[in-house]
Amino acid sequence: MDDIKYATTIGLEIHLQISTRTKAFCSCENSFGREPNTSVCPVCLGMPGSLPVLNKEYLQRAIKTALALNCQIVGRMKFDRKNYFYPDLPKNYQISQYAMPLSRGGFLEIMTPAGIKRVGITRVHMEEDAGKLIHDEGGCFSLIDLNRAGAPLLEIVSEPDIFSPDEAHLYLRTLKSVLEYLDVSDCNMEQGSLRCDANISLMPAGKKGLGAKVELKNMNSFRAIRQALEYEQERQARVLSSGGVIIQQTRLWNEKKKITELMRTKEEAHDYRYFPDPDLNDFIIEQSMVRAIEGLLPEMPQVKMNRFIKEYSLSEYDARVLTADKHMADFMEQSVKLYPKPKVVANWLIGSIQAYLNERNMEFSQLHIGPGRLVEMIRLIDSGALSNNMAKDILQVMLLSGKSAGDIVKEKDLFQITDKSAIAALAVDVLQSNPKVKDDYLSGKKNALGFLVGQLMKKSQGKANPVAAGQALKALLEGKS
Amino acid sequence: MNNICGLSAYQLKELIGKNNIKAVDIASSIVRRHDEVDGRISGFVNFDKDAVIDRALCLDNLADMHDRGLALFKVPVVLKDNICVNGELTTCASGILQGFRPPYDATVAARLKSAGALLLGKSNMDEFAFGSSCETSYYGPTKNPYDLQRIPGGSSGGSAALVASDQTMLALGSDTGGSIRQPAALCGVVGLKPTYGRVSRYGLIAFGSSLDQPGPITKDVRDCAILLNVIAGHDKLDSTSADVPVPDYVQSLSGGVKGMRIGLPKEYFTQGLDSGIKVKIDAAISVYKSLGAIFKQISLPHTEYAVSVYYIIGCSEASSNLARFDGMQYGYRYQSPDGRCGLIEMCMRTRGKALGLEAKRRIILGTYSLSSGYYDAYYLKACKVRALIKSDFDKAFNECDMILTPTTPTPAFKIGEKIKDPLSMYLSDIFTIPSNLAGIPAISLPCGYSENGLPIGMQLMAGHFEEEKLLRAAYSYEQNASWNKVKPVL
Amino acid sequence: MKIKRGDIKYVARLARIHLTGEEEELFSAQLNDVFSYMDKLQENDTVGVEPCVHIPSSSNVLRDDVPGQSLSSERALANAPEQSVGFFKVPKIIESNE
Repeated sequence: MDDIKYATTIGLEIHLQISTRTKAFCSCENSFGREPNTSVCPVCLGMPGSLPVLNKEYLQRAIKTALALNCQIVGRMKFDRKNYFYPDLPKNYQISQYAMPLSRGGFLEIMTPAGIKRVGITRVHMEEDAGKLIHDEGGCFSLIDLNRAGAPLLEIVSEPDIFSPDEAHLYLRTLKSVLEYLDVSDCNMEQGSLRCDANISLMPAGKKGLGAKVELKNMNSFRAIRQALEYEQERQARVLSSGGVIIQQTRLWNEKKKITELMRTKEEAHDYRYFPDPDLNDFIIEQSMVRAIEGLLPEMPQVKMNRFIKEYSLSEYDARVLTADKHMADFMEQSVKLYPKPKVVANWLIGSIQAYLNERNMEFSQLHIGPGRLVEMIRLIDSGALSNNMAKDILQVMLLSGKSAGDIVKEKDLFQITDKSAIAALAVDVLQSNPKVKDDYLSGKKNALGFLVGQLMKKSQGKANPVAAGQALKALLEGKS
Repeated sequence: MNNICGLSAYQLKELIGKNNIKAVDIASSIVRRHDEVDGRISGFVNFDKDAVIDRALCLDNLADMHDRGLALFKVPVVLKDNICVNGELTTCASGILQGFRPPYDATVAARLKSAGALLLGKSNMDEFAFGSSCETSYYGPTKNPYDLQRIPGGSSGGSAALVASDQTMLALGSDTGGSIRQPAALCGVVGLKPTYGRVSRYGLIAFGSSLDQPGPITKDVRDCAILLNVIAGHDKLDSTSADVPVPDYVQSLSGGVKGMRIGLPKEYFTQGLDSGIKVKIDAAISVYKSLGAIFKQISLPHTEYAVSVYYIIGCSEASSNLARFDGMQYGYRYQSPDGRCGLIEMCMRTRGKALGLEAKRRIILGTYSLSSGYYDAYYLKACKVRALIKSDFDKAFNECDMILTPTTPTPAFKIGEKIKDPLSMYLSDIFTIPSNLAGIPAISLPCGYSENGLPIGMQLMAGHFEEEKLLRAAYSYEQNASWNKVKPVL
Repeated sequence: MKIKRGDIKYVARLARIHLTGEEEELFSAQLNDVFSYMDKLQENDTVGVEPCVHIPSSSNVLRDDVPGQSLSSERALANAPEQSVGFFKVPKIIESNE
């Protein structure tokens, strides 16, 4: 490849399933993992004659989300029909929003290595989900489950303000964090409650305008999105560098092969024939309602981070890590209520606990212990009953089993030996079996003490209090007993 | 007992009150009447005698527990074949819905059931209500009881013909561009299209969702009020249903028309109006004058565009509403001879084969009007002109309380006369379409007969939710003219 | 404006309707009549006119987020031309020749 540089432009389109109790336009339960076609009714089956009625909670959560993404909520919105044939779409049109969506013109701030960057949000609009089509591999038929048909979705469309796959990844993490704070969705990519399509185009650096847009679909994790974008960035650069042209198209990410594959070109694109859904009259969104929802918005990650810095005297780094995940931030706050030394709690969360989760590729929400457990453990350290190192080991057991530190300690007979006479006896023992090291110390090599403490700890099977051990050894060596 | 069939619903209710007639006897009379005449008229689709008798027996069993306070207790009612009844065949007279039994009741059907009505079955119609003659039905045409060579009107032609031929007391139709009023006029009965939102559309299989309204087809105006009382009112299942209080329409019948200002739109009294119809309308005007109404010339200047606006909007909505008939979940599915065709092919063949010619024509017309590049020129333009038509009415109702016009430009035409020429068929709805576009209520009632004995209808239109006014004016006229007593010779 | 047979073919494909050659012929002739009649609409000056897409019979119709009765899978599938283990069964999409 030659050395022409290309500027990459990326836009992301998120489909978020809203976790209301019932579906968008009917009162069937909006739940995951049921027997096929059991959460269905004439409305979501698209039976002839049935009519949609909008779920109030869905509208409120949509407004909440749009507000959190700094969008303008319109005074009047409509639903449109997006007409296309697909077997998972029972009416063969989707109730969506086109001309007069719920909201427009928002933004999301992301923290890039170069500083804070604002990514524009074109619109947040409401639409219903489709069902699921299961292909019989090799066979000649497909099966349809319509439990998901009519589930409430939000489509969150970004401006083409993202310039690298890394930035796209950052945008998604930040967006997910905001959405989790809002508590409007499970945000679970594996179960499909958060889905993401991407648009990517390349232009020779320095030139104005946008290159032909390639739409990427079928990415099932944030990592897959980054990989697909990276792959596509490279592929397009290769095509352009060799004098080729990129035409507008849709490509599918192949997770197994780690490549994108052509799905359709623009000529085959749909003519969706959007028009206002005559079954749903306009919705007038009163400012008073918007203000009321705004009043109920939870503290957003950025704001919480600043508060953590101020109230807890934490570094910006610590505060950012703690607030990136709502569950972690909640854990932090609850812990500090029980144990008002924020830095100590923060160190455990960011250190051992985060490492434990990272190793296992787990989310914070999957943690087995609550703030009470962690605080109990910290108090055992404070009382001298546990050393820091013992606590680290115990924490691992706590995280795996969900048991309390006290129980684990009891089970394993791990209480720290703080009894002075017991330690003194061990110290005598250690000095007797290490005469050479003793002499080294006495001849001025003061760091030999560390070795002796280590030996004492070993003899006590780690149960001795290391500070007390040091003091006892020193006293014996220096004849101060 | 055979004379039961000749009664109006009101008369039957009185008779039941006096003699405590059993529902099963009423049902037997209806079945006998059906056997006697429907072979010639073909008003019913899927008429199931045994089911009718069974339902009547159920009502008779109920009678012990229930008082006769139910508004339509034991009164026979027919539903147009586009109204869903739980577990009953509901096919919109289309090949594509053969065998379809909805798992739910339309709100109007549920209300009739709770009112104790005796549901007889489904009436014939133009396929998916696409037509003005009942000729596009999968089951073949219904015939006009006054002349079996002629059409009964459409699309609710089966309902109108069944009421006119005394095969039911009451019927429900649906009206998108005149589908209740035009057949009512051509069959010499009363038909009311309520204000958009007055009667729930839930369970009415949609044609043009912003235009459709279910409504009564009855033997006289009082029955029309009785039936409207049962079906009108807010429904939480229909987002377009109006949350407006429902008056007692029977109570509102009396009161007369003295001092009422009635507008005569000049645009309705020019274009190709049949001279026989003109004479009868003039006579009706004289009756109203004698009752103290005051007449005024008015203008509804955008009337000539109504047909175009209607077909663009109605077909656009229909193209989307009918997309669901694809052979996946219900109804007919095309099977390829070799049994190996892909999904898209199956869908296209299913629709190509099982939808009738008019349905396909309208879907194509609507799809075209919405498609990229034509949306602004057709769909959007039509919606704008619709706004102009609506404001014509708003202005007119500043000058008058009600508008009087003929219901149709001509009496019933011959079967086959217009079926090959869609445009001329479309133009036969010219007087009934504007009220659907404006969402206002309109009633058609008999106002005489042509020289060759064909019924002629007069239409009254009023402002939104002014059904009371329409019923009062219609009742006053009927009391003085008594056309409702004329019956076809069968 | 003139509707050609190709336009009818394209629209029929959009609407997923298989038309016979005869039908394509017939519809292009008939729809030409209909659309040329409808072109009269363009006579109206509609600058600044708000399109009427519904009759405003209601607004802000909302439903509480409370689960109601769903259908059993037997009833949901009762009308299905084909079904299998609780699913609607349909032919597979054949991408290449469709």
